[in-house]
This record gives sequence, C-alpha cells and structure tokens, in this order.
Amino acid sequence: MSISRRDVLIGGAGLAAGATLAAPSIAQTANIEKGATLRVLRPTKFVDPDQTIFNENTEAFTKATGVQVRVDYASWEDLRPQTAVTANTGAGPDVVVGWADDPHIFADKLIDLTAVAEDLGKKYGGWYPVAEKYGKKDKTSTWISIPMGGSGGPAVYRESWVKEAGFDKFPTDHAGFLDLCRKLKAKGHPAGFALGNAVGDGNSFCNWLVWSHGGYMVDENNKVAINSKETIEALKYAKALYETFIPGTLSWLDISNNKALTAGEIGLTQNGVSLYFSIKNSKDEKTAEIGKDLNHAPMPIGAGVGRPTETALVINAMVFKHTKFPNAAKEYLRFMMEKEQYDKWLTGCFGYWTQPLKGYAQSKVWESDPKILVYRDTWERALWSGYKGAITEAAGTVNAEYVMVQMVASVCAGQATPEQAAAEAERRAKRYYRT
Amino acid sequence: MTIAAEARPTTQPEQSWLVRLFDYKPFLIFICLLPALGLLLVFLSYPLGLGIWLAFTDTRIGRSGIFIGFENFESLWHDPVFITSVWNTLLYTGVATVGKFGLGLWLALLLNNHLPFKSLLRALILVPWIVPTVLSAIAFWWIYDPQFSIISYVLVDVLGWRDTYVDFLGSPWPARWSLIAANVWRGIPFVAISLLAGLQTISPALYEAAMLDGANAWQRFRHVTLPMLMPILAIVLTFSVLFTFTDFQLVYAITRGGPINSTHLMATLAFQRGIPGGQLGEGAAIAVAMIPFLVMATLFSYFALARRKWQQGEDND
Repeated sequence: MSISRRDVLIGGAGLAAGATLAAPSIAQTANIEKGATLRVLRPTKFVDPDQTIFNENTEAFTKATGVQVRVDYASWEDLRPQTAVTANTGAGPDVVVGWADDPHIFADKLIDLTAVAEDLGKKYGGWYPVAEKYGKKDKTSTWISIPMGGSGGPAVYRESWVKEAGFDKFPTDHAGFLDLCRKLKAKGHPAGFALGNAVGDGNSFCNWLVWSHGGYMVDENNKVAINSKETIEALKYAKALYETFIPGTLSWLDISNNKALTAGEIGLTQNGVSLYFSIKNSKDEKTAEIGKDLNHAPMPIGAGVGRPTETALVINAMVFKHTKFPNAAKEYLRFMMEKEQYDKWLTGCFGYWTQPLKGYAQSKVWESDPKILVYRDTWERALWSGYKGAITEAAGTVNAEYVMVQMVASVCAGQATPEQAAAEAERRAKRYYRT
Repeated sequence: MTIAAEARPTTQPEQSWLVRLFDYKPFLIFICLLPALGLLLVFLSYPLGLGIWLAFTDTRIGRSGIFIGFENFESLWHDPVFITSVWNTLLYTGVATVGKFGLGLWLALLLNNHLPFKSLLRALILVPWIVPTVLSAIAFWWIYDPQFSIISYVLVDVLGWRDTYVDFLGSPWPARWSLIAANVWRGIPFVAISLLAGLQTISPALYEAAMLDGANAWQRFRHVTLPMLMPILAIVLTFSVLFTFTDFQLVYAITRGGPINSTHLMATLAFQRGIPGGQLGEGAAIAVAMIPFLVMATLFSYFALARRKWQQGEDND
C-alpha cells in the first residue's frame, strides 16, 4: 500500500511540475479523467528487458499524468482465454495487449482508437499496410486496436554451409531455394521445417509455401479458396522440397527446429530472432561458435504476392468499453508508442519485437547487429492468418486446427495427392467459414 | 428427573430457537452435509452441467451462443477427424489397458514373492506413477525425438544395427504405438501396487489347501488367486480405463495429435477445438461425446466384473 501512496506522490509531483511549465501537461490536453487508474494485461516477456522496459515506460506514464497503472503479465497460453473472459464479463483489465486476431473477435466491445492511431501514423512515418489490416475494423477506416509489435520468422541458415553448397547469396526464388536445399542435403547439412502440429513454425512454413505460390485460404469475401491450381502447384513443390529435409520433420513441434539447428544437425530453417540469440549467447562454446555462422534472409518470393511473405506473431492492444477511464487508456497507448518510450523498448528487446510504424525502421536497434537487419522489415513481408479475407474467428480456428499445415504434411507424407489434400483442406476450412 | 423438571419449569422454553434448531437432528445433518454438497455443486455439477449445455450451443470464445440442438453432434458425425479421434481413443484405451493389466499383474505376482529389499523395490516401482505426467511426457518426447532419440542413438551409433534413426512419431501407426507404450509405462505402477495389495489379502491357507488337493501353479493362479483378486481387479480396471480414456497430457506434449491428426484423442481434440480454436460449443460436444463411453465402461466393471458368478465360478451364485 505504501508503494502506491508514494507513487501517487511522485505522480502528483510530476503533475505539479507539468503545471508550472508553459505547455499544458498531457493530462490536461488529453482530457484524462480525474483519479483515473488503469489495469493492463499483456503477454509475458519475450526477453527480460521486454518486461523491465515496459514497466519503466509505464512508470514514466504515471509520472507524466498521475494515472496509476497496474500491468499484469499472462502466459502466452492464458492470454487469449483471459482476454475472452474480460470481453465476455465486461470486467477486468481496461487495456489488453492481446494476440493479433483478438480485437477483431471482440470488435463490438472495444472503443474507437482512430484518433490515436492516426496521430501516431502521421508522427511516425505511417503504419505498414499489414498494421492497418490488424488495427482497423474489417472494411472500415475505424481503428479498434493499436498493433504494438510483431515477431517475424524469416529463413535462418548456416552461412558457410550455404556457401559450400555453391550459393554466395541466399536464393530469392523457388527454383533456387529447392536447388539450395538439394545441395545442402547432398553435403549432409539438410534443411528442416516443422510439419507437425507446431502452431508457430508449422503455420509459418506452410503459409509461406502456399502464399508464395499464389494460393490463399479464403478470398477477399471470406469465401474458401484454398482448392486452387496455385495451391496444388505449391503442394507439388512442397513434396519435392520435403525430399531434401532431415528425416522426422512430420513430427516436429515448435521447438524441434531450434534443437536441431543448435545441435548443428540442420543448415537451414525458419524462426524468430530468439534462436539466433539463444545460440549466440550460449554458454557452451561450440554452440556459441555456430552463432557466428548464422545469418537470416527473407524466404523466397515466388510469383504469388510479388513480394516476400511471412507469418508474424503480432501483439495488438485494445481498450474495452467497460473501462471507466477511456481517455486515460487511449493516452496510455499513445504514450507507449511515442518515440521516447517505444524506441527504448524496441532497442532493449534486441529485435524480438519489430515495429508496425514505418518511422521506427530508423531505430538504433537495427544497427546493433547486421545479422538481425532482416527482422527490421518483418511488417513489410507479413501477412495475416486468414489472408486474403478478414481477420475473424474462423481464420483463427482454421489456424489452430492446422488445416494449412496438415494439407502440406499429408502430401509430404505421401498420404494424399496434392489434389486430394487441397480438397480436404477446403472441406475443413468450410466447416468454420460456413456462416 | 420429573421433579427437577418441575423445579425449573420456566427454563425449558427460554432456550433460544437457535439452540433448538441445532438440536434438531435432520437439520444438523443437513448443515454438516452442506459444505460437501456445496463443493460438489460448485466444482463438479456446475461445470459438468455447463459443459453439457455448451455442447448444445454454438458458443465461441468471443461470444455467447444460442441453443442449436444436436447440430454440433451431427457436424461431428460427418467429420473424419473426429471419427479418427474416437477410434484412436478406443484403441489407445483398449490396448493400453490390456498392456497395463498384463504387465501390472505380472509385476504384482513377482513382488508378492519374498525378495530382498522388498519395500525399496515396491517404492521404486511407483516412480513412473508419481512423476508428474507432463515430465514423463517430455522425457518420452526426447526418447521419441527424430534427431535426438536415445533409442536411435543406441541402435545406430552404438550397436550399428540400423543405418537410419527410427522415426517414432512421423507416421500414424508408429506414433500410435509409441504413445500407447508411454501410457503403459506410466500406468503399470498403479495397477501393480493395487493388485499387490489385493494379493496380500489372500489367505495362505487357501494355497495350502489347493496344494494338498494337488493343484499345480497354474491351477492355483486360475482357481485361487484370480477369483480372490476379482473384486479389486474390477475397481482398478474401472479407474484405469477412466484415466486412460481421458488421457490428455501425454498426447498433447508428445505429438499435439499429429502427424496429420493421426494420434488425436477425444480429449486433445476437444481442447484444440475449444480453447485454441475458439469453438467452445464444438469442443464441449466432443467432451460430452466421451460420457457415454465412460458410463458404459464403469457399468461394465461394476455390474459384470463384480458378479459373484464371474468371481467364484458358475455354480456359486
């Protein structure tokens, strides 16, 4: 209790200091409610600084406005159920930094954040188009959430082995990529991509595979469109690619490729930047040595979208209508996205989170290590699950049901022809896109 | 007594109504049962009832649903993934239970002999059962790993009996057998220790009498041990079937129901659809679909296995 009283005093002092300046304080300009307090829920930290800096920024907000904020950290599995309970009961946290899809699922329970989003966009070089997709209510220009960060999954490879296979540069087309994988296998350093029920890595690889060939789960009108000739092309390519993988990828879960790359068993996979840091900072010298040989590259482009594609893990902040202090909540989100706070957070997280606002591409974090530069453009490459349709519950379910992954896996396993697999995926997706 | 009562006739009615209420036996029983009833209602009946209700609605994580009758069940009936999960669950339960009972009974019979370090051995046997399932699941996940399996390492790198690593979880049947093996390993101690307790209640006099009648080892087992063990066997079997049928952690930690849904059990599929998938109604329907199987298994154990005829021979009703 004494802590909160002291914080109130500090906050009061901050307010008083603000009042003495010529410019009006944030609390005045933003019309923050008197005596406002906020509860914030967000996913647990990626790396230690993630939480430390987030808390520091929150304290800075309290200092600047006098608004007490309590931040709760939920484990990744619990975040979604907790967001749902908040939405359904109309109680609990005022602000939830939830997963990408959640604001769209609870859209009618959220307050309009258009003004904040537009201000931020103007100030920081505009939002990436995908960020707008995540932030705006479907087919409207109303912002219902503020995307805060994303974690991408480009290719991670052993530089020396790729060179040894005869590639000075990482290939940017499908044919070159297949060729690389074949040569890597011949040299005994095969590629490995998760094809088991791995919600992150499995979807990441299979989405890229289908998207880069021009396939997609649903069209712009949310009509299931996976059973297309582009998808079938993608599946044929997958089968050829699978022949070059290390054995056993059909049972790989999210952590399997990390283990295999760390042990030097594979030369190429797809992952977030976490893998690079965990290897580079390893206490085991042999493992740390691998870190020096690692590099990242966007996955090949293909004819599909005309640019690289990627699946990103996105956190998307929303304010619930049940909050008593909507202005304070909006101001909190704006404050956290302002340069003084956001850049510090971005830099402190070493690239684990990436920016949805173009201006932050100039952040110092992207100069800190040339090998993580690829992650800077995560939001330029990212597409959402349920591309090309809306971000809906159905899209989320289809993702959680591994429809895309199992379509690819069943072809790779030889259980189905590409045509059969695409038809089966269509049937399964239709079960959820029926209404 | 009557004199005493007459001596203070006014004290009796002055007892407060509260005291009288608490002296009233039916009320007292009711009050004492209330906490237990409350716990049962709040933590068992209510969730179960809610689960059954959800199964008949189209509730999703984002919004409450409306009553849709049997629509969820109809849709599941036409869903090959669900049907596979039902078969998997039956196979998993059937084979694992037979395995657990065969090996468990064998182990119990061995432990029933006089062995050195008997108590220590019995304690050690319990280890697989004591270890939290998630931990043993992770251990098996490593054992079955396509790259880092200890079994593959021994077979390929140490003994040289194989050229390639074993792909335990990469195709449907090997994955199913691998999971069943892990479940059997985990379930044996429970069966073995329970049956051992049963074995120790059998009077040695019965064996002596049988031996005097010239019964050999098999006959002693068949006509003395087994009938005497039947009651406890029925209970242990019921519990074991229930635990196995509702198993979740092993499969979820080792394969997540993969490869390509070939190892999904009803419990894992219900969770996947209900929570990560957000289709609470459908998830609940899958969970509710488990109830008839569970009720049948329980009834079978109680009514069939507990029959005296089965326990003590045809002519001993």
